[in-house]
Amino acid sequence: MLIGKPSQFPSSSITPQRQYLSRRRFLRGAVSGVTAAGATVIGGDRLAQLFSPRTSVFADSKLTTVPSPLTTTGEQLTSYQDVTTFNNYYEFGVQKCQPAQNAGGLPTRPWSVNVEGLVKQPKTFDIEALLKLRPLEDRVYRHRCVEAWSMVIPWVGYSLSEFIKQCEPLSDAKYVQFLSYYDSSVEKWASESTIQWPYSEGLRMDEAMNPLTLLTFGVYGKILPNQNGAPIRIVVPWKYGFKSAKSIVKVRFLDRMPPTTWNEQAPNEYGFYSNVNPDVDHPRWSQKTERRIGLPFYAQRRTTLMFNGYGDEVAALYKGMDLRKDF
Amino acid sequence: MRHSTIVFLKTLAWAACLGPFVWLVWCAVTNTLGPDPTATITFTTGLVTLRLLTISLAITPVRRLVPQLAWMVRFRRLVGLFVFFYATLHLMTWVALYTGFDPKAMSTDIVKRRYITAGMAAWLLLLPLAATSTNWAVRKLGGKRWSRLHKLVYVAAVCGVVHYWWQVKPGVLTPVTITVLLGILLLARPVLAYTQRRRSAAARVTAA
Repeated sequence: MLIGKPSQFPSSSITPQRQYLSRRRFLRGAVSGVTAAGATVIGGDRLAQLFSPRTSVFADSKLTTVPSPLTTTGEQLTSYQDVTTFNNYYEFGVQKCQPAQNAGGLPTRPWSVNVEGLVKQPKTFDIEALLKLRPLEDRVYRHRCVEAWSMVIPWVGYSLSEFIKQCEPLSDAKYVQFLSYYDSSVEKWASESTIQWPYSEGLRMDEAMNPLTLLTFGVYGKILPNQNGAPIRIVVPWKYGFKSAKSIVKVRFLDRMPPTTWNEQAPNEYGFYSNVNPDVDHPRWSQKTERRIGLPFYAQRRTTLMFNGYGDEVAALYKGMDLRKDF
Repeated sequence: MRHSTIVFLKTLAWAACLGPFVWLVWCAVTNTLGPDPTATITFTTGLVTLRLLTISLAITPVRRLVPQLAWMVRFRRLVGLFVFFYATLHLMTWVALYTGFDPKAMSTDIVKRRYITAGMAAWLLLLPLAATSTNWAVRKLGGKRWSRLHKLVYVAAVCGVVHYWWQVKPGVLTPVTITVLLGILLLARPVLAYTQRRRSAAARVTAA
């Protein structure tokens, strides 16, 4: 049970979770301690990288955050351990535990996001500039996977709309596409499936501009671990999780619906909209209920809410649409 | 092979087959089934079913190819019954943790979702095999009828693999290994039968 509303506390005051990788970090530390002397001779940077991917320097760093009125209250948070070790990130393996083990090599610095398509002029944003564009907000959201499991996650970021304004899209831009990082030499596990990479996702412009859609940099008040989509991802809390593209390198504004990865893979199973909807079954299972991650097996099942419980904020976007057809 | 050796090996086989079940119970009690315990139980019981089924189907081809290993057939019933044990646990996971014992949800699933149709079919095919696994049943049925009935295991294996493929997302290749293994074991039977027939035919010619 949560005592008090999560929004009352900035994430900087949340007691740090036991570091889930402490075991490995300890080993790395021990090894680098032994080799420290050698490192100063043959180039510390290079050697340190061998033992600890350069990204782990950033993951776990605290972010300065402010509370947000758009945060979800009254839900027990899923533990940091579960949020960061139970992931779908198929470029790093198809099993839930694999991304946390394999994503260490994702080079999150330097990082830039290219903006192209129907914009005043193409732009490139550096990750450091994006981190400073707006104050970073603590936003707790329910997260519902299309596989019928769910979490409650305290993300850190600001509304995607703030970023889109900086992109200066033209008035005929009706859709926005997000392309994820892809390098087969880093993401060696990408061939475990027949998916065409890079991962592509998209939103209709009004969905992207909804204040709930979060441009996300952190979780639990800290920089995103790689397996959670570092260094920059989107989070669309009223849609199934796969709509929330990770590790974004390109944002493209279009006048037509972009091709999206899972929709191309199985159009009958994954619609472009993929709003959380208990009344529209996945062809292979019911979406009426979900399993909350981190609870004992006999207590996991709960009812799935229309638009994942965010109907007040987003139902108007789909007025007049048949959500059985446009699932 | 000495009787005591068989007893010893059977004890080992029992322990090995019970291992995954004991592990699941232990993890459930200590609450260490991972972030999604329901999925862990479902996946483990399903995978162990298919693996044990593969082992039980390997026994006949192996003893045909290596006559010295003929004693392995004495483990086939043990492994086969454990296949049914894990298949039943797997089925119960679905009944209890997915449908919540709701008969309507169950019938909807069976009719609407083809991977559940295939899985249910596999379990129903295993049921008469488990029921006729006693020596008494073999005697009652007669060896020929009994072994004809137990050919159903091939159909059950195919249903099980199809169930696995239909359950994973399109494009995910996790079931490849078990499919190839079971494919080889199923194909080995007609191939071995054919070569054996030729060999005995050749032997007859030489004798004449």
